[in-house]
Amino acid sequence: MPEPNDSLVRFNEVEKTYDGETLVVKSLNLDIARGEFLTLLGPSGSGKTTCLLMLAGFEPTTHGEIILDGEPINNVPPHKRNIGMVFQNYALFPHMTVEENLAFPLEVRRLPKTQIAEKVRRALDMVRLRGLGSRMPSQLSGGQQQRVAVARALVFEPKLVLMDEPLGALDKQLREQMQYEIKHIHEDLGVTVVYVTHDQSEALTLSNRIAVLNDGVIQQIDTPNKLYENPENAFVAQFVGENNRLLGKVTSINGTGCSVEIDGGGKVEALAVKIDGVGGRTLLSLRPERVRINPTEGQVPNVFDGRVEELIYLGDHIRARVKVCGQDHFIVKIPNASGHSELHKGDQVKVGWAVEDCRALDA
Amino acid sequence: MTSTTANDAIIRTAEGVPLKLKLLRTTRRNRIVAFCLVVPLLLFILVTFLVPIAVMLLRSVDNPIVAETLPQTVAALEHWSGQGVPDEAAFAALAEEFTLARENRTIGRAATRLNFELSGMRSLVTSTARTLSRGEQGPYKELLIEIDGRWGEQKTWATIKLIGQRYTTVQYLASFDLHYDAAGRIVAQPEVRQIYVQIFMRTLWVSLLVTVLCLLLGYPVAYLLSTLPSRISNMLMILVLLPFWTSLLVRTTAWIVLLQTHGVINDLLVWAGLIGDESRVQMIYNMTGTIVAMTHILLPFMVLPIYSVMKTISPSHMRAALSLGANPLVAFWRVYAPQTVPGIGAGSILVFIISIGYYITPALVGGRTGQLISNFIAFHMQKSLNWGLAAALGTVLLACVLLLYWLYSRVVGLDKLKLG
Repeated sequence: MPEPNDSLVRFNEVEKTYDGETLVVKSLNLDIARGEFLTLLGPSGSGKTTCLLMLAGFEPTTHGEIILDGEPINNVPPHKRNIGMVFQNYALFPHMTVEENLAFPLEVRRLPKTQIAEKVRRALDMVRLRGLGSRMPSQLSGGQQQRVAVARALVFEPKLVLMDEPLGALDKQLREQMQYEIKHIHEDLGVTVVYVTHDQSEALTLSNRIAVLNDGVIQQIDTPNKLYENPENAFVAQFVGENNRLLGKVTSINGTGCSVEIDGGGKVEALAVKIDGVGGRTLLSLRPERVRINPTEGQVPNVFDGRVEELIYLGDHIRARVKVCGQDHFIVKIPNASGHSELHKGDQVKVGWAVEDCRALDA
Repeated sequence: MTSTTANDAIIRTAEGVPLKLKLLRTTRRNRIVAFCLVVPLLLFILVTFLVPIAVMLLRSVDNPIVAETLPQTVAALEHWSGQGVPDEAAFAALAEEFTLARENRTIGRAATRLNFELSGMRSLVTSTARTLSRGEQGPYKELLIEIDGRWGEQKTWATIKLIGQRYTTVQYLASFDLHYDAAGRIVAQPEVRQIYVQIFMRTLWVSLLVTVLCLLLGYPVAYLLSTLPSRISNMLMILVLLPFWTSLLVRTTAWIVLLQTHGVINDLLVWAGLIGDESRVQMIYNMTGTIVAMTHILLPFMVLPIYSVMKTISPSHMRAALSLGANPLVAFWRVYAPQTVPGIGAGSILVFIISIGYYITPALVGGRTGQLISNFIAFHMQKSLNWGLAAALGTVLLACVLLLYWLYSRVVGLDKLKLG
C-alpha cells in the first residue's frame, strides 16, 4: 500500500445505490497513489464504472467521502474537479475538428491563443497525429479517434485521468498496440490514471496495481504478478487468468499447508490460503501452466493418473484437456518447447503439481 | 507503372470491358427491380397530384375565355394602335359576337372575366349584349357609344385587347398588386385595391413567428423527452403526439372555446378580477387567434425532428465537455446545441412550409385580420371563381417555398436535414 500522505485519491467508506434497494458499491475504501496506474477490473455490474463516475462527479455518492489531493470533492461539480476522462465511445465532439476538440478544454480555461496552439500541437505530437489536426473526428479511424480522446483528456494537464474501457471498441491488434501507447504516455507524463476494464490481460499489461471488483466490493488489490500468482479468493483466481478448479473437503491443516479430499476422489496437498478449517469445503485453484505431465518420481507430492481427452494446438503452447480425479475439464498447458512430451488423444498420463501452485480457497 | 497509369485511366476487367460499365450491367437488375417497386406510387402521384397541379399552374397564364368568346373582336383589335377608340370593324365584330355569345349563353363568363380586370365591365357587357339582341343595326360605332358612353373610352377597349390574349401575365401582375394601365404600362394598382403583397408579407411574418414560437416552446420539451428514462419519455411522447390523433377541426374549435370573448380564459380573468367585465380581451377572430392556434397545432412538427436528433446525441458528449472543464451552460451551448442544429433546421423548415400554406385554422379563427394567403386563394377558387388569379397566387406561394428550400440547402445543407 502507498503511504497515506502520498495518496492523490482516497475513497472513504463510499457507498452507492441507484434504486435505494441494492448497493452497487459497498463501503469502498481505496487509496490511489500519485503517479500510479490503477485498474478497476471486474465483470459487468461489479460497480467499477460507478466508482469512476463518482470520482468524475457524474454520480453523487450515497454515503462516504471521496478525497482528491487532500480535499473532499463530494460537493465539487464535475467541471471544477480538473479530472481528465476518456470515454468508451471516445465522446469526441463530432462538429469540431481534431484541433478544436483538443483546444476545447484550454479555451474554456481562457488560456491565451498562442499558448493553446502550442499545447494542441504538442498533444498531437504526443499521440503521433501531427498533420491530422484539421480533420473531423468522423474522418479518423477508431484507433486515431481513441488517440485524440486520450490527448484531449491530457492536454489541460490534469493530475488525474480516468479511462472507462477506452479500448473496448477496437479490434484485438489495435487494442494491444494502444495498450502500449497508453502505458508509455503514462510513464512519460507521470500522470495518475484510474482505468476501468473487464479485460484481465489489458489490466495486467497496463497497471501498477489492479483492484478486482465484484458485487461492489474490492476482492483483492495488488500488483499484476501478485494478483495472478497469489489470488486470495476463488473469484480473483477465476477472473484473473485461466484456472483449474477442484472442489473438496479439508481433512487436515499443517502450518501453511493443508490436505484436501477431492470430491472426485484423490487427496491433494495444497497451500492453505483461505479455508474455514478442518472439515470445511474448499476450492483448489491451479494454473494450467503449473501442471506437469509425467513428472519425475518424487519431484512433486501431488501426482494423479489422467487420460488425455482432447488436444488443441495453439502454436506457442498445446492445450490438453485431461480427465483427472473425476474432473473432465482439467486443462494442462504444455509449452511448445523442444523436447516437450508428445501426447495423443486417449493416452494415459500422470499429472502432478507442487504444493505452492495449488491454492486452497473459499469454496 | 507510370506509363500504364496514364493509358489506363479507365480500369478494365479481364475481358476489357470498362469496370464502370460492368458494374452498371451487374446492378441493372437491381435497379429495374427497385424502379418497379416504386412505379405504382409514382403513377398514382403523377395522375392525382402532379398533373392536376401542373394544370392548375397553367391556369395562371392560360386565358381562353375572352379569346374564345370574342375571337373576331380580338383579331380586329390586333391592328388597333391603342390610341383613342378602334375603327368600325372592331365595333362590328364586337356587336356580332356579343349577340352570338348571348344566344350561346357564354357572354356571362366573358363579362365576369373582363370585370376582374376592370370593374363595371360585367354590367357594361351584359347590358350592351341585351340591347344588341333586340336586333339593332349598325353602324355599330355610333350605336354602341349610344348604348353606353364607355364604349367610347380607350380603357374599355384596352381591357378587351389585354384580356383577349390567349396567354397572359396579368394574373401574376395582380398577385403583386400591379396591372397594365390603359397605355399598356405596368403600374401599381390603385391603393384601395392593393392587398396581395401585404397578405404575402403577413403570411411570411406569421409563418416566421409561428416557427420561432414553436422552436422556443418545442426545444425544451424535446430536450426533456430525450433525457428522461424511456418509460416516462414514451408517456410524455404520447401527450406530444395526442394532437396528431385529434381532428384539426376539434383542436381549432377548442381554441375558440378557450379564447373567445365569453370563453374560458376571459371568464377566468374576469373572475380573478384582472380585467373588468366590460373590457374582455379579444383573443380570437384576429391575428392572435391565428398565431396561438397555429403554434399549438404545428408544435409536434417541431418537437419530433428535434427529439429524434437529440436522441442520437450521446450523453457522454456532455459529460466529456464537463470533465474538460466547461461549466454546464458552456457545455450545452458549445457541445450540445450545435449537434441539434439539423433537428432545428428540419423542424423549422417543416413548420415554416406548413404554416405558409395554412388554410383551415386562419379560416376558422382568423377573423378579418388573421387571414393568410391561402384563404385568399380559396376565396378566388370558391367564391369569386377567378381561378386564374388563384393559380397565380398559388404559383407565387410555391415559388416562395422552393426559394426558401433552396436558400436552406445553400446555407445549412439538405444533407443536414433530419426528419427522424
